[in-house]
Amino acid sequence: MKREPLIFEVSDKGKRAFRLPKLDVPSGKDAWQGYPLRESIEGFPQVSEIEVVRHYTRLSQWNHAVDIGFYPLGSCTMKYNPKVNERAAALPGFSGVHPQAPGEYAQGCLEVIKRTEELLGEITGMDAFTLQPAAGAHGELVGMMLIRAALADRGDPRRLVLIPDSAHGTNPSSAHLCGYRVREIKSDDSGRVDMADLEKAMTPEVAALMVTNPNTLGVFETNIKKIAAVVHSRGGFLYMDGANMNALCGICRPGEMDVDVIHLNLHKTFSTPHGGGGPGAGPVGVKKALEAYLPGPAVARREGRLVLVEDRPKSIGRVSGFYGNFLVVVKALAYILALGAEGLKEMSEVAVLNANYIRKSLEGLYHLKYRTPTLHECVFSDKLQKEHGVSNLDIAKRLIDYGVHPPTMSFPLIVPGALMIEPTETEPRRELDVFIEAMRSIAREAKESPELLKSAPHVSPVRRLNETAAARNPVLRWIGEGKEPSRG
Amino acid sequence: MSYISLSDTDKREMLERAGAASPEDFFQGIPEDFRLGRTLDVPDGLTEPELLVFMENLASKSDYGRCLSFLGAGAYRHVIPTVVETLSSRGEFLTPYTPYQPEVSQGTLQVIFEYQTLICQLTGMDIANASLYDGASAAAEAVLMASRVNGRPKILLPRSLHPHYRRVIETYTRNTDLELLEAGYGDDGRLDLRDLESKIDDRTTAVLIQSPNYFGVVEDLEAVSGLAHARKALTVAVAAEAVSLGLLEAPGRLGADIAAGEGQSFGLPLGFGGPYLGFLGCSRDFLRQLPGRLAGMTDDAEGRRGFVLTLSTREQHIRREKATSNICTNQAWCALRAAIFLETMGHDGLRELAAQNIHKARYALETLSAIPGVGPRFSGRAFNEFVLRLPKSWEAVDKGLRSRNILAGVGLEKDFPELKDCLLVNVTEAHSRADIDRLASSLREVLR
Amino acid sequence: MYPGDFYYTKDHEWVQIKGQEAVVGITDFAQKQLGDVVFVQLPEVGAKLEAHQSIGAIESVKAVSDVFSPLAGEVTAANQELADNPEIVNQDPHGKGWIMRLKPADLKAVESLMKAAEYEKHLEGLDKET
Repeated sequence: MKREPLIFEVSDKGKRAFRLPKLDVPSGKDAWQGYPLRESIEGFPQVSEIEVVRHYTRLSQWNHAVDIGFYPLGSCTMKYNPKVNERAAALPGFSGVHPQAPGEYAQGCLEVIKRTEELLGEITGMDAFTLQPAAGAHGELVGMMLIRAALADRGDPRRLVLIPDSAHGTNPSSAHLCGYRVREIKSDDSGRVDMADLEKAMTPEVAALMVTNPNTLGVFETNIKKIAAVVHSRGGFLYMDGANMNALCGICRPGEMDVDVIHLNLHKTFSTPHGGGGPGAGPVGVKKALEAYLPGPAVARREGRLVLVEDRPKSIGRVSGFYGNFLVVVKALAYILALGAEGLKEMSEVAVLNANYIRKSLEGLYHLKYRTPTLHECVFSDKLQKEHGVSNLDIAKRLIDYGVHPPTMSFPLIVPGALMIEPTETEPRRELDVFIEAMRSIAREAKESPELLKSAPHVSPVRRLNETAAARNPVLRWIGEGKEPSRG
Repeated sequence: MSYISLSDTDKREMLERAGAASPEDFFQGIPEDFRLGRTLDVPDGLTEPELLVFMENLASKSDYGRCLSFLGAGAYRHVIPTVVETLSSRGEFLTPYTPYQPEVSQGTLQVIFEYQTLICQLTGMDIANASLYDGASAAAEAVLMASRVNGRPKILLPRSLHPHYRRVIETYTRNTDLELLEAGYGDDGRLDLRDLESKIDDRTTAVLIQSPNYFGVVEDLEAVSGLAHARKALTVAVAAEAVSLGLLEAPGRLGADIAAGEGQSFGLPLGFGGPYLGFLGCSRDFLRQLPGRLAGMTDDAEGRRGFVLTLSTREQHIRREKATSNICTNQAWCALRAAIFLETMGHDGLRELAAQNIHKARYALETLSAIPGVGPRFSGRAFNEFVLRLPKSWEAVDKGLRSRNILAGVGLEKDFPELKDCLLVNVTEAHSRADIDRLASSLREVLR
Repeated sequence: MYPGDFYYTKDHEWVQIKGQEAVVGITDFAQKQLGDVVFVQLPEVGAKLEAHQSIGAIESVKAVSDVFSPLAGEVTAANQELADNPEIVNQDPHGKGWIMRLKPADLKAVESLMKAAEYEKHLEGLDKET
């Protein structure tokens, strides 16, 4: 494939793609008096509409996408993004409403928010929700802030947060952003939170334990209620990272596992599209005890109308300019309504079936550090392939040659050389079989011809890219002809 | 509706391979005492036709669409070229994952690289990240970043900062040692430089200045950065209305060290507040303190140019608790739309768009000021928003205008008690002369 | 393969005593673990360090590691070569890849660190864990 130039490289002075209607008000001679004006925008593109269209259409063809094929990415839940949800979000009654509109003029939007909060509450067993966080990590930060506010209110500020060593990197960084220090909790031989380590670590200095359930190995934390009891007995809160909720809908509810606060990822469990890196949404659900601290404003039902409640003295304040990623919420609402109670349960059941099908098919070929039963995802490692000098990175790059996107790599940290696989429930069996066959071939190649793997990929539009050079001498923008790209 | 792709045969055979009699077997490990022993209390699923009817009914419950609106204050109705919708809705742009595997993500990565370049060109910064959630959180991240750079604890915020931005900054800094101070504004609506100067000292990490500010007034960025730099503090320039960057001098050329703001004006619908687009750029010196993703240019094994996410060691998945931010998923698809928008408007188009905004707003201000008792509250230069002073209570005026299906602007008294009977009016290229004249004649009637 | 006259820490730093000064760097094991080094954060000359205090971080593409000062003392030099050519740490970790020179508060403190044989045994132990 011919490499696509940067738009700046095909730009020519005086070209335009879009025309505005003529100005219908007077412009005035002294219109520019008193403004700090720029003479031009140096290097800004000047192209025609067909050039824009071709540029982006061709660029799009360099991407893999859910609409093209399988993404077995553990922890990402790359399920199908229903197109009807896009149509719903584009309705003018949603996409055209200004966020400063008084509540009386945005009843439909407020109802989207309220209804989604209620449905998520039922699905998770939590008492109240906020939809303001724009992503999972944002939700984690909010969750930590809620805990911190509640403890401050109690006159019992604490300084530590406990996090399992298998946790996603956003967990410790969110805790840190909230002013907490982090202490790691070990995982036991089954891959679960080590109860003895937790008992030892859970002191009155600890504000919360952040737990993922099922955890990043795909293992259900069967001791979750005991874990909650330990944490609560010393006055702490139990935070659940709900990124893996795809395994639990209609099966069990975090609220009934004594979780105090949870975040969800709408762009994972609830099918909103990843868009190459967002926008997502990270709603946070809480038990009654934390409701007063939720970011505001809140949406409430009063006398048959929906109103915005701004006066909430204990609220942690705002975390978003407005209501969060509202149109993303619309898509998730449409999804929940489409699936219904039975569909949600079927979603989780098949997610778990697909993952176990893959697991059984690859056991023996790849090393499984933990033999514990897993739900919607499983984590293999490159240990057997390492004996031939082949790493998980090489396996990943070789999968590209087979037309398969690599699984999540090198995470969780407790499995060296990890390959985390999560098929989701929307994959056809045929795709799963292609993936399994590719992994089988690669296991064989690792023994017989490891060089093939180490120089992969061979057939992708670009070969392996030099990430070292990119980090040593970062070139982060187009500079223009005759100018030195900035050095690191 | 179901999106499952397994046939009955598939399910049967797959269960067999996985060693289970039914899906229930996989959940055996979950303790009985919290297994959900009932169906979820969620309505039965809807098919696509039913779903669309439901969502359309829901959407029609908002009366906003029936009104002529001059609401701004952080979200702006601008033209969105059709190609922005067409191109961004392609499955290859809407449904890919984050570009961690660059060999199969060159489309997304090149778009991010172009977007980063466009933000740099507009703001005059050396580097820009791949996006943050929105303008408010971008301003908050900029504040945290400034403090990381020079280690100082005080930050000066202008009173004329968007109240929501201030609140988000307060929330983000509450659990840190950062102290927030406020500098007031003058009769021209701009930051009071004397007040600012009296409050900057050697413990000030940065001065944050929004321009155009919440009142729509264009600030003197150069003077502000001069004062900040004299005390070795940084200048953080924030823009809520990014179209202004088409005509106004780039913050980087006026002394800003960090530029942050909201990119919603670049091709994103109002969407009742989101998803929007936070942008953040800075001087090259602060590269390692910049939060968020970065796309960098490099070569592949055959010497061809390509793009990768780079300097990931700043980020949460590697640095964990020492990361520059916890941000993971950002607003990549919104940045894509912004890039398409900017490349479609192009150099001359963006400048013309900005010019039309200035002219329309000025025409509106002049027309409204012809009404007895009505006039601009501030003398400073406005971009596309201005604060109108009314001879009667805003509440009463608002009521009268609403009965004529006009939402004239955002009242200010709630956040600025000193601005009684004032409202913030936004006018863009999307308002016709007739719209503006209608606002004026209706206001005249209501005030009679 | 680890220089016999160096001292080593559990966190994979090495110390070479040269007269009254200590030269500090990271070991071959550490540079292998990191992969291609892209950036080395150097300490400020004149900085006074405690033992085990972080002097900065070394970054590779996919990882970052703190470097800890093996001894208490004052930084007398930082290897500015690494600013432009961080790859020297990979190429010659025990020689040209030195990170800083330090005037130790107590030279004798170095005796409590590992010698080459002990460090190599330590590495073997790590290998078994994975």
